[in-house]
Amino acid sequence: MGFFSEFIKGLWQENPVFRIVLGICPTLAVSTQLSNGLGMGLAATFVLLGSNVFISLIRNVIPDKIRIPAFIVVISTFVTVVDLFMAAYTPALHERLGIFIPLIVVNCIILGRAEAFASKSTVWMSIADALGMGGGFTLALTLISSIRELLGNGTLLGIHVLPAAYSPAVIMILPPGAFLTIGILLGLFNYLSNRKSP
Amino acid sequence: MREIFKLTVVLTIICSAAATALALVYNLTKEPIAYQQRLKRLAAIRAVQPDYDNEPDKDFVDLPAAKDKKGGDLTTRFYITKKGGVFTGTVFTVSASGYGGEIDIMLGLAPDGTITGIQILNHTETPGLGAKITEEKFIHQFNSKNLSNTNWALKKDGGDFDQITGATISPRAVVNALHRGLVLFRNDREEILTGKRG
Repeated sequence: MGFFSEFIKGLWQENPVFRIVLGICPTLAVSTQLSNGLGMGLAATFVLLGSNVFISLIRNVIPDKIRIPAFIVVISTFVTVVDLFMAAYTPALHERLGIFIPLIVVNCIILGRAEAFASKSTVWMSIADALGMGGGFTLALTLISSIRELLGNGTLLGIHVLPAAYSPAVIMILPPGAFLTIGILLGLFNYLSNRKSP
Repeated sequence: MREIFKLTVVLTIICSAAATALALVYNLTKEPIAYQQRLKRLAAIRAVQPDYDNEPDKDFVDLPAAKDKKGGDLTTRFYITKKGGVFTGTVFTVSASGYGGEIDIMLGLAPDGTITGIQILNHTETPGLGAKITEEKFIHQFNSKNLSNTNWALKKDGGDFDQITGATISPRAVVNALHRGLVLFRNDREEILTGKRG
Protein backbone atom coordinates (compact mmCIF):
# COMPACT_ATOMS: atom_id res chain seq x y z
CA MET A 1 0.00 0.00 0.00
CA GLY A 2 1.20 3.50 -0.78
CA PHE A 3 1.28 6.57 1.40
CA PHE A 4 -1.96 7.88 0.00
CA SER A 5 -3.99 4.70 0.47
CA GLU A 6 -2.71 4.32 4.05
CA PHE A 7 -3.88 7.89 4.65
CA ILE A 8 -7.29 7.41 3.00
CA LYS A 9 -8.16 4.18 4.80
CA GLY A 10 -8.42 5.92 8.17
CA LEU A 11 -10.85 8.47 6.82
CA TRP A 12 -13.39 6.00 5.48
CA GLN A 13 -13.03 2.15 5.30
CA GLU A 14 -11.27 1.96 8.65
CA ASN A 15 -12.65 5.11 10.26
CA PRO A 16 -11.79 4.59 13.96
CA VAL A 17 -15.16 5.77 15.28
CA PHE A 18 -17.68 4.66 12.65
CA ARG A 19 -16.05 1.48 11.31
CA ILE A 20 -13.78 0.09 14.05
CA VAL A 21 -15.75 1.72 16.91
CA LEU A 22 -12.69 2.68 18.95
CA GLY A 23 -12.24 5.77 21.11
CA ILE A 24 -15.94 5.98 21.88
CA CYS A 25 -15.51 7.29 25.44
CA PRO A 26 -13.99 10.68 24.51
CA THR A 27 -16.26 10.78 21.45
CA LEU A 28 -19.37 10.50 23.60
CA ALA A 29 -18.12 12.90 26.24
CA VAL A 30 -16.66 15.89 24.41
CA SER A 31 -18.90 16.07 21.34
CA THR A 32 -21.30 18.54 22.98
CA GLN A 33 -20.18 21.44 20.79
CA LEU A 34 -18.24 21.76 17.57
CA SER A 35 -15.26 23.63 19.04
CA ASN A 36 -14.75 20.90 21.65
CA GLY A 37 -15.00 18.10 19.10
CA LEU A 38 -12.58 19.81 16.74
CA GLY A 39 -10.10 20.61 19.53
CA MET A 40 -10.20 17.06 20.86
CA GLY A 41 -9.76 15.61 17.36
CA LEU A 42 -6.73 17.78 16.65
CA ALA A 43 -5.14 17.09 20.05
CA ALA A 44 -5.56 13.33 19.58
CA THR A 45 -4.18 13.58 16.02
CA PHE A 46 -1.07 15.33 17.29
CA VAL A 47 -0.52 12.68 19.95
CA LEU A 48 -1.13 9.92 17.40
CA LEU A 49 1.35 11.45 14.96
CA GLY A 50 4.02 11.84 17.64
CA SER A 51 3.56 8.38 19.11
CA ASN A 52 3.34 6.63 15.72
CA VAL A 53 6.54 8.27 14.45
CA PHE A 54 8.45 7.63 17.65
CA ILE A 55 7.29 4.04 18.09
CA SER A 56 8.08 3.29 14.47
CA LEU A 57 11.59 4.70 14.99
CA ILE A 58 12.32 2.52 18.01
CA ARG A 59 10.34 -0.54 16.84
CA ASN A 60 13.48 -2.60 16.27
CA VAL A 61 15.08 -1.92 19.65
CA ILE A 62 12.05 -2.55 21.87
CA PRO A 63 11.97 -6.15 23.11
CA ASP A 64 8.60 -7.75 22.48
CA LYS A 65 7.94 -8.46 26.17
CA ILE A 66 7.97 -4.83 27.25
CA ARG A 67 6.48 -3.27 24.15
CA ILE A 68 3.20 -2.25 25.82
CA PRO A 69 4.83 -0.36 28.76
CA ALA A 70 7.21 1.26 26.27
CA PHE A 71 4.27 2.35 24.08
CA ILE A 72 2.42 3.73 27.09
CA VAL A 73 5.44 5.79 28.19
CA VAL A 74 5.83 7.25 24.70
CA ILE A 75 2.12 8.00 24.39
CA SER A 76 1.77 9.56 27.83
CA THR A 77 4.79 11.77 27.16
CA PHE A 78 3.15 13.18 24.05
CA VAL A 79 -0.16 13.61 25.88
CA THR A 80 1.53 15.57 28.67
CA VAL A 81 3.26 17.75 26.09
CA VAL A 82 -0.10 18.50 24.44
CA ASP A 83 -1.70 19.15 27.83
CA LEU A 84 1.00 21.65 28.85
CA PHE A 85 0.99 23.47 25.51
CA MET A 86 -2.80 23.74 25.48
CA ALA A 87 -2.79 25.09 29.04
CA ALA A 88 -0.23 27.68 27.98
CA TYR A 89 -1.61 28.78 24.63
CA THR A 90 -5.30 27.78 24.36
CA PRO A 91 -6.46 28.07 27.99
CA ALA A 92 -10.17 28.33 27.15
CA LEU A 93 -10.24 25.11 25.12
CA HIS A 94 -8.00 23.43 27.69
CA GLU A 95 -10.50 24.26 30.39
CA ARG A 96 -13.51 22.97 28.44
CA LEU A 97 -11.88 19.67 27.49
CA GLY A 98 -10.61 19.32 31.04
CA ILE A 99 -9.90 15.77 32.14
CA PHE A 100 -10.33 14.41 28.60
CA ILE A 101 -6.94 15.72 27.50
CA PRO A 102 -4.94 13.60 30.01
CA LEU A 103 -7.33 10.76 29.18
CA ILE A 104 -6.06 10.70 25.57
CA VAL A 105 -3.45 8.37 27.12
CA VAL A 106 -6.04 5.62 27.37
CA ASN A 107 -7.70 6.36 24.03
CA CYS A 108 -7.72 2.92 22.37
CA ILE A 109 -7.14 4.42 18.94
CA ILE A 110 -3.65 5.55 19.86
CA LEU A 111 -2.47 2.38 21.58
CA GLY A 112 -4.27 0.37 18.88
CA ARG A 113 -2.38 2.08 16.05
CA ALA A 114 0.92 1.75 17.93
CA GLU A 115 0.41 -1.98 18.39
CA ALA A 116 -1.27 -2.81 15.08
CA PHE A 117 0.60 -0.51 12.74
CA ALA A 118 3.52 1.66 13.90
CA SER A 119 5.38 -1.19 15.60
CA LYS A 120 5.49 -3.07 12.28
CA SER A 121 5.80 -0.29 9.71
CA THR A 122 8.24 2.31 8.45
CA VAL A 123 8.20 5.86 9.76
CA TRP A 124 6.86 7.19 6.47
CA MET A 125 3.87 4.81 6.45
CA SER A 126 3.27 5.44 10.16
CA ILE A 127 2.92 9.14 9.40
CA ALA A 128 0.30 8.35 6.76
CA ASP A 129 -1.50 6.05 9.15
CA ALA A 130 -1.47 8.63 11.99
CA LEU A 131 -2.74 11.42 9.75
CA GLY A 132 -5.46 9.20 8.30
CA MET A 133 -6.64 7.79 11.62
CA GLY A 134 -6.36 11.15 13.36
CA GLY A 135 -8.18 12.76 10.45
CA GLY A 136 -10.89 10.10 10.59
CA PHE A 137 -11.29 10.62 14.34
CA THR A 138 -11.45 14.40 13.86
CA LEU A 139 -13.99 14.05 11.03
CA ALA A 140 -16.18 11.78 13.14
CA LEU A 141 -16.00 14.14 16.14
CA THR A 142 -16.73 17.14 13.91
CA LEU A 143 -19.78 15.46 12.42
CA ILE A 144 -21.17 14.26 15.75
CA SER A 145 -20.52 17.50 17.61
CA SER A 146 -22.00 19.63 14.77
CA ILE A 147 -25.22 17.61 14.90
CA ARG A 148 -25.39 17.77 18.69
CA GLU A 149 -24.60 21.48 18.95
CA LEU A 150 -27.02 22.34 16.16
CA LEU A 151 -29.97 20.37 17.54
CA GLY A 152 -29.19 20.80 21.23
CA ASN A 153 -28.32 24.48 21.29
CA GLY A 154 -29.27 25.89 17.88
CA THR A 155 -25.71 27.12 17.32
CA LEU A 156 -22.53 26.16 15.46
CA LEU A 157 -19.19 27.27 16.94
CA GLY A 158 -21.29 29.36 19.33
CA ILE A 159 -23.01 31.33 16.52
CA HIS A 160 -26.78 31.07 16.24
CA VAL A 161 -27.63 29.47 12.91
CA LEU A 162 -31.13 28.18 13.50
CA PRO A 163 -33.98 30.72 13.71
CA ALA A 164 -34.78 31.97 17.20
CA ALA A 165 -38.15 30.20 16.96
CA TYR A 166 -36.33 26.84 17.12
CA SER A 167 -36.51 25.54 20.64
CA PRO A 168 -33.31 23.56 21.32
CA ALA A 169 -33.66 19.85 22.14
CA VAL A 170 -31.51 19.95 25.27
CA ILE A 171 -31.32 16.14 25.35
CA MET A 172 -28.94 16.30 22.38
CA ILE A 173 -26.17 17.93 24.44
CA LEU A 174 -26.83 15.63 27.40
CA PRO A 175 -25.29 12.12 27.48
CA PRO A 176 -28.33 10.40 25.88
CA GLY A 177 -27.97 12.68 22.85
CA ALA A 178 -24.43 11.38 22.35
CA PHE A 179 -25.65 7.78 22.25
CA LEU A 180 -28.55 8.65 19.94
CA THR A 181 -26.34 10.54 17.50
CA ILE A 182 -23.57 7.93 17.40
CA GLY A 183 -26.06 5.06 17.16
CA ILE A 184 -27.92 6.56 14.23
CA LEU A 185 -24.70 7.53 12.43
CA LEU A 186 -23.21 4.05 12.95
CA GLY A 187 -26.35 2.50 11.50
CA LEU A 188 -26.24 4.89 8.56
CA PHE A 189 -22.58 4.16 7.82
CA ASN A 190 -23.16 0.41 8.01
CA TYR A 191 -26.14 0.72 5.68
CA LEU A 192 -24.12 2.75 3.17
CA SER A 193 -21.13 0.41 3.16
CA ASN A 194 -23.37 -2.68 2.93
CA ARG A 195 -25.06 -1.23 -0.12
CA LYS A 196 -21.73 -0.55 -1.76
CA SER A 197 -20.42 -4.12 -1.35
CA PRO A 198 -23.36 -6.50 -1.72
CA MET B 1 18.91 -13.16 34.09
CA ARG B 2 20.52 -11.68 31.00
CA GLU B 3 17.09 -11.00 29.52
CA ILE B 4 15.75 -9.23 32.60
CA PHE B 5 18.84 -7.05 32.56
CA LYS B 6 18.25 -6.11 28.94
CA LEU B 7 14.55 -5.36 29.46
CA THR B 8 15.35 -3.18 32.46
CA VAL B 9 17.98 -1.21 30.59
CA VAL B 10 15.74 -0.59 27.57
CA LEU B 11 12.77 0.52 29.66
CA THR B 12 15.01 2.75 31.81
CA ILE B 13 16.43 4.44 28.73
CA ILE B 14 12.95 5.04 27.29
CA CYS B 15 11.67 6.47 30.59
CA SER B 16 14.71 8.71 31.02
CA ALA B 17 14.29 10.10 27.53
CA ALA B 18 10.60 10.74 28.23
CA ALA B 19 11.43 12.45 31.55
CA THR B 20 14.01 14.69 29.88
CA ALA B 21 11.59 15.69 27.14
CA LEU B 22 8.87 16.46 29.70
CA ALA B 23 11.24 18.54 31.84
CA LEU B 24 12.11 20.63 28.79
CA VAL B 25 8.48 21.19 27.81
CA TYR B 26 7.53 21.97 31.41
CA ASN B 27 10.21 24.65 31.59
CA LEU B 28 9.10 26.06 28.27
CA THR B 29 5.43 26.32 29.24
CA LYS B 30 5.80 27.23 32.94
CA GLU B 31 5.83 30.98 32.37
CA PRO B 32 2.94 31.16 29.87
CA ILE B 33 0.79 28.91 32.06
CA ALA B 34 1.41 31.03 35.15
CA TYR B 35 0.66 34.13 33.07
CA GLN B 36 -2.62 32.68 31.78
CA GLN B 37 -3.70 31.70 35.27
CA ARG B 38 -2.95 35.19 36.57
CA LEU B 39 -4.93 36.77 33.71
CA LYS B 40 -7.85 34.49 34.48
CA ARG B 41 -7.75 35.31 38.20
CA LEU B 42 -7.54 39.07 37.56
CA ALA B 43 -10.35 38.90 34.99
CA ALA B 44 -12.55 37.06 37.50
CA ILE B 45 -11.76 39.61 40.20
CA ARG B 46 -12.48 42.55 37.89
CA ALA B 47 -15.78 41.02 36.82
CA VAL B 48 -17.15 41.03 40.36
CA GLN B 49 -15.39 44.04 41.90
CA PRO B 50 -14.15 46.51 39.25
CA ASP B 51 -13.36 49.35 41.64
CA TYR B 52 -9.59 48.99 42.19
CA ASP B 53 -6.17 50.12 40.99
CA ASN B 54 -3.94 47.85 43.08
CA GLU B 55 -2.90 44.28 42.30
CA PRO B 56 -5.41 42.28 44.31
CA ASP B 57 -3.86 38.94 43.38
CA LYS B 58 -0.79 40.03 45.36
CA ASP B 59 -2.73 41.67 48.17
CA PHE B 60 -4.73 39.10 50.08
CA VAL B 61 -5.55 37.71 53.51
CA ASP B 62 -5.96 34.01 54.22
CA LEU B 63 -8.45 33.32 56.99
CA PRO B 64 -9.78 30.05 58.37
CA ALA B 65 -13.39 29.85 57.20
CA ALA B 66 -14.52 26.33 57.94
CA LYS B 67 -13.36 23.00 59.33
CA ASP B 68 -12.62 19.97 57.19
CA LYS B 69 -13.62 16.43 58.19
CA LYS B 70 -10.56 15.97 60.40
CA GLY B 71 -11.10 19.27 62.20
CA GLY B 72 -8.33 21.11 60.36
CA ASP B 73 -8.80 24.66 59.14
CA LEU B 74 -9.99 25.31 55.59
CA THR B 75 -8.80 28.75 54.66
CA THR B 76 -10.52 31.20 52.37
CA ARG B 77 -8.40 33.69 50.48
CA PHE B 78 -9.76 37.23 50.56
CA TYR B 79 -8.33 39.37 47.75
CA ILE B 80 -8.24 42.99 48.83
CA THR B 81 -9.17 45.67 46.32
CA LYS B 82 -7.94 49.23 46.90
CA LYS B 83 -8.17 52.47 45.01
CA GLY B 84 -5.61 55.14 45.78
CA GLY B 85 -4.66 53.09 48.83
CA VAL B 86 -8.21 53.13 50.23
CA PHE B 87 -10.01 49.84 50.88
CA THR B 88 -12.78 49.44 48.29
CA GLY B 89 -13.81 45.87 48.92
CA THR B 90 -12.83 42.25 48.84
CA VAL B 91 -13.22 39.30 46.51
CA PHE B 92 -13.32 35.69 47.63
CA THR B 93 -14.63 32.28 46.63
CA VAL B 94 -17.42 30.31 48.25
CA SER B 95 -18.46 26.76 47.39
CA ALA B 96 -21.74 24.92 47.48
CA SER B 97 -22.89 21.41 46.73
CA GLY B 98 -25.14 21.65 43.71
CA TYR B 99 -27.04 18.97 41.83
CA GLY B 100 -24.05 17.64 39.89
CA GLY B 101 -21.18 18.49 42.24
CA GLU B 102 -19.36 21.45 43.71
CA ILE B 103 -20.25 24.94 42.51
CA ASP B 104 -17.50 27.53 43.04
CA ILE B 105 -18.69 31.10 43.14
CA MET B 106 -16.53 34.20 43.16
CA LEU B 107 -18.07 36.95 45.19
CA GLY B 108 -17.20 40.64 45.21
CA LEU B 109 -18.17 42.81 48.17
CA ALA B 110 -18.05 46.52 48.93
CA PRO B 111 -16.60 47.52 52.35
CA ASP B 112 -20.09 47.57 53.90
CA GLY B 113 -20.79 43.96 52.84
CA THR B 114 -22.96 44.74 49.81
CA ILE B 115 -22.48 42.50 46.77
CA THR B 116 -20.81 44.22 43.81
CA GLY B 117 -21.00 41.14 41.59
CA ILE B 118 -20.79 37.38 41.46
CA GLN B 119 -19.37 34.91 38.96
CA ILE B 120 -19.80 31.15 38.78
CA LEU B 121 -16.22 29.85 38.41
CA ASN B 122 -16.78 26.09 38.14
CA HIS B 123 -19.87 23.94 38.09
CA THR B 124 -21.08 20.61 36.76
CA GLU B 125 -24.83 21.32 36.74
CA THR B 126 -27.13 19.94 34.05
CA PRO B 127 -26.77 21.89 30.77
CA GLY B 128 -29.96 23.75 29.91
CA LEU B 129 -31.38 23.45 33.44
CA GLY B 130 -29.15 23.98 36.49
CA ALA B 131 -26.39 25.37 34.31
CA LYS B 132 -28.56 28.48 33.83
CA ILE B 133 -27.07 29.72 37.13
CA THR B 134 -24.24 31.10 34.98
CA GLU B 135 -26.59 33.31 32.95
CA GLU B 136 -26.56 37.05 33.50
CA LYS B 137 -30.26 37.13 34.28
CA PHE B 138 -29.67 34.90 37.29
CA ILE B 139 -26.38 36.29 38.60
CA HIS B 140 -27.31 39.97 38.19
CA GLN B 141 -30.14 39.73 40.70
CA PHE B 142 -27.54 39.47 43.49
CA ASN B 143 -25.96 42.86 42.74
CA SER B 144 -26.30 45.44 45.54
CA LYS B 145 -27.85 42.89 47.89
CA ASN B 146 -26.61 42.54 51.45
CA LEU B 147 -27.57 40.76 54.65
CA SER B 148 -29.99 43.43 55.87
CA ASN B 149 -31.83 44.46 52.68
CA THR B 150 -32.68 40.97 51.45
CA ASN B 151 -34.33 37.75 52.53
CA TRP B 152 -31.72 35.16 51.51
CA ALA B 153 -33.86 32.41 49.98
CA LEU B 154 -35.55 31.58 46.69
CA LYS B 155 -39.05 32.99 46.12
CA LYS B 156 -40.57 29.52 46.38
CA ASP B 157 -38.88 29.18 49.79
CA GLY B 158 -40.30 32.54 50.88
CA GLY B 159 -37.27 34.66 49.97
CA ASP B 160 -36.39 37.33 47.44
CA PHE B 161 -34.56 35.52 44.64
CA ASP B 162 -35.91 34.19 41.34
CA GLN B 163 -35.54 30.49 40.87
CA ILE B 164 -34.91 28.74 37.54
CA THR B 165 -37.67 26.75 35.88
CA GLY B 166 -36.93 23.05 36.16
CA ALA B 167 -34.01 23.50 38.53
CA THR B 168 -34.30 24.21 42.23
CA ILE B 169 -31.24 22.62 43.77
CA SER B 170 -28.64 24.61 41.83
CA PRO B 171 -30.00 28.13 42.49
CA ARG B 172 -30.79 27.24 46.10
CA ALA B 173 -27.19 26.10 46.58
CA VAL B 174 -25.93 29.38 45.11
CA VAL B 175 -28.16 31.50 47.36
CA ASN B 176 -27.11 29.55 50.46
CA ALA B 177 -23.42 29.74 49.58
CA LEU B 178 -23.61 33.51 49.03
CA HIS B 179 -25.39 33.94 52.34
CA ARG B 180 -22.63 31.96 54.07
CA GLY B 181 -20.05 34.16 52.35
CA LEU B 182 -21.75 37.35 53.55
CA VAL B 183 -21.91 36.06 57.13
CA LEU B 184 -18.24 35.10 56.89
CA PHE B 185 -17.33 38.63 55.78
CA ARG B 186 -19.41 40.21 58.56
CA ASN B 187 -17.65 38.09 61.19
CA ASP B 188 -14.12 38.53 59.82
CA ARG B 189 -14.45 42.11 58.60
CA GLU B 190 -11.84 43.58 60.95
CA GLU B 191 -9.22 40.97 60.08
CA ILE B 192 -9.81 41.43 56.37
CA LEU B 193 -9.56 45.22 56.59
CA THR B 194 -6.44 45.28 58.73
CA GLY B 195 -4.84 42.30 57.01
CA LYS B 196 -4.25 40.58 60.35
CA ARG B 197 -5.16 37.05 61.21
CA GLY B 198 -8.05 36.74 63.64
